[in-house]
Amino acid sequence: MTSEATVLNSTHSDPLKADQLKAARQARYSPGQSAHKFSLYLYPLVALALLLLVNVLLDPQFFSLQWQDGRLYGPLIDILNRSAPVALLAIGMSLVIATGGIDLSVGAVMAICGAVCANLLLLGDWSFPAVIGLAVLTGLACGLVNGFMVSYLGIQPIVATLVLMVAGRGVAQLLNQGQIVTFQNPDFAALGSGSFLGLPVPVWLVLLALLIMQLLLRRTALGLFIEAVGCNAKASRYLGIDDRGIKLTVYLLAGGCAALAGIIATADIQGSDANNAGLWLELDAILAVVIGGAALTGGRFSLPRAVIGVLIIQTLSTTIVVSGLPSKFNLLIKALVILLVLMLQSELFRNQLKSLLSFGKARGGKV
Amino acid sequence: MSESINNAAKPVLQLRQINKNFPGVKALQQAQLSLYAGEVHALLGENGAGKSTLVKVMTGVLQKDGGELLLDSTALSFATPKDAQQAGISTVYQEVNLLPNLSVAHNLFLGSEPKRFGLIDKKAMAHQARQLLSSFGLDINVTAPLSEFSVAVQQLVAIARGIAPKRGAARTKVLVLDEPTASLDADEVQTLFQVLRQLKQQGVAIVFITHFLDQVYQISDRITVMRNGCFVGEYQTAQLNKAELIAAMLGKELSQQRHQTPCLAVEHSEAILSARQLSSGQSVQQLDLDLPQGQAVGLAGLLGSGRTEICRLLFGLDQADGGTLSFAGSPIKLSNPAHAIALGIALCPEDRKTQGMIAALSIRENISLALQAKQGWWRVLSKKKQQQLADFYIEKLQIATPDADKPIGQLSGGNQQKVILARWLAVEPQLLLLDEPTRGIDIGAHAEILQLIRQLCQQGMSLLVTSSELEELTAFSSKIVVMRDRKKVAELSGEDLNPDRIMAAIAGASV
Repeated sequence: MTSEATVLNSTHSDPLKADQLKAARQARYSPGQSAHKFSLYLYPLVALALLLLVNVLLDPQFFSLQWQDGRLYGPLIDILNRSAPVALLAIGMSLVIATGGIDLSVGAVMAICGAVCANLLLLGDWSFPAVIGLAVLTGLACGLVNGFMVSYLGIQPIVATLVLMVAGRGVAQLLNQGQIVTFQNPDFAALGSGSFLGLPVPVWLVLLALLIMQLLLRRTALGLFIEAVGCNAKASRYLGIDDRGIKLTVYLLAGGCAALAGIIATADIQGSDANNAGLWLELDAILAVVIGGAALTGGRFSLPRAVIGVLIIQTLSTTIVVSGLPSKFNLLIKALVILLVLMLQSELFRNQLKSLLSFGKARGGKV
Repeated sequence: MSESINNAAKPVLQLRQINKNFPGVKALQQAQLSLYAGEVHALLGENGAGKSTLVKVMTGVLQKDGGELLLDSTALSFATPKDAQQAGISTVYQEVNLLPNLSVAHNLFLGSEPKRFGLIDKKAMAHQARQLLSSFGLDINVTAPLSEFSVAVQQLVAIARGIAPKRGAARTKVLVLDEPTASLDADEVQTLFQVLRQLKQQGVAIVFITHFLDQVYQISDRITVMRNGCFVGEYQTAQLNKAELIAAMLGKELSQQRHQTPCLAVEHSEAILSARQLSSGQSVQQLDLDLPQGQAVGLAGLLGSGRTEICRLLFGLDQADGGTLSFAGSPIKLSNPAHAIALGIALCPEDRKTQGMIAALSIRENISLALQAKQGWWRVLSKKKQQQLADFYIEKLQIATPDADKPIGQLSGGNQQKVILARWLAVEPQLLLLDEPTRGIDIGAHAEILQLIRQLCQQGMSLLVTSSELEELTAFSSKIVVMRDRKKVAELSGEDLNPDRIMAAIAGASV
């Protein structure tokens, strides 16, 4: 129970109290609330800024941008460009995690969709939009399978999507008949390496996906329903929300996002490598969502924060390269820095840090 | 050790001028409490009065912002619950905090198991557990998993765990019981009280928090009343009558809400819902039920008699497998809650925590969700519309909160219930099913909810209200349906609407 200082009935007998209450209500967004919202963005942004700062110290040219052949070049643009596939995965993953689930299969789905694109392009008699459309449909179908297993068969998300994580790469290998399938198609390749208004096409695709998803989730009640189901699926059902349908939808959307990521990755190398496309990227996506401050138990989500999480991970990878350390240190350093970011975000850790700093004082007050 | 209560004696625990602030709320202002060894001290107040906050300060869960805490005349402050335990203050919370899959003995000694060669000595542990429980008059198989026992036994085990000697800790001097009787039946309450009397004789000071005033008079020696986070008064139980006590808790005389005439806005109104021979597996059998428009029908019966199951059935949570159901004149078959809501039926479920509120979401979102779900996800309620809804119901139902953005999980029980009610009122249903709407909420909110039920009837809404409190049912019901063993056994109206007749119907001929 909490500490409502106001007893209901006394509002009648105590006009002063009632006034205070009303005044408090009128200040709709109390400082406490917005401060909380601010701090959710604060820690990921501070982490990102610090990483960028380290980079600029290591390489004074880090922030430099060049304009060449109608497009921007520079380390920052590289980071944005390289972030694109994981950013798309993280957008879908945010929704799945918001319902308390997880999708381990998105990396494999990238490989499947990449293989679909490469093989259709190789056949040659499919138009550009048809290839894209079929690849996206493939991703949605994978999401449907995941969603059906989770919401209608009641299989644990981690197990259900593990099935497709393993099987999906097998499907991709079958499609490619064990080979790396390459193709020549400048239109399609532009999706990975082209540019538009000075920025790489993948960056635009991420922005477009982010915009569409934000509109879909926040301009309708879908986002709220996802959060409600994630917080308390049973109560949501009692409210008349179709909790199974919502769960199915988030896996579907995650599958769609993975398909887009797969298209970008395939276009980038102008080929489909079933063994390596999207390998382990699901883990980066999960990590990005967590760095963005989401709880794996479900509930509130924020797509922009997940994308900031992706930028942190990608900037870190770049930093390690820029620093000139032998590449064998990469994974270890990445893990350590991410651990630090997560610890900074943990309120428990911050409080412990605080009490550690004021240890002597606290000790003095005790017997 | 067994000193009698004697004001000359030093209190074992004293809280003085305790302040505690949460963002936007002064939870405790100059709160105080004095406990003497060997007394049962009732800590009373409405939900949100600050009882739990005071207890949390006392047990180290929260840190006080001001004031002092004296244990045996020594000023202390507890940084963690463990500190408080070490000093001899034990707490048993409302929800039993035990591990149902472990044995009774394991639960009793978790973390301080008797060891032999570094391993848990199960034999010794079972022996000690039996000894401890037998002092409570409890003779059970201590090696069986806790989940096999009734809630009452589990509660007693929790108390036994609270006073069991712990390694490196002082003897239990103060035992805090937060609503220990909420889930117990009358016999079980008496067993618990016997144990409390024993502990009293051993010189333990017991803080007893409850909503049941009768129990306060049965067991407590002294009473401290809180209101609005402030200390109201400290009384000898024997010298304070019930009306005075209620007045102290509410800050005014409680107008006697009981025994009002049933609300009959429309005489002989049409039935909005009728069930004929409605059955659902084993849970409801051949139910005939008519719910007249603009009236409240009471649903009485013991726990497990089929009351909740009827509500579930009428809300589409369970499916009927026999009989017919008609709503507003046309036959219906409910397949899910969304279907029921679309027709104009709403259910305020029994278990607020798991079935009702979405704890992390704000009051505003919790109020608007049902209406939003009814409209469909693509027709969004704007934030402004949500805010209007929330403001309207916060005002109308007098929900105590600084603003609508506060997560519902941070409200007190009565206020949470009002938010859930507001959620369904926003949908404007024709039939509202209320399953135990007043469970676990304070007297003030209780009276307000009864008042609301009457108002809704007058506005033409039909209600079906389940309650274990028979007097409460008679306060608004036009008729009362009595359930026993999944079957309807009586339908009382008119002269028969009194607790004695209901009780007789519940008990049936077999008793």
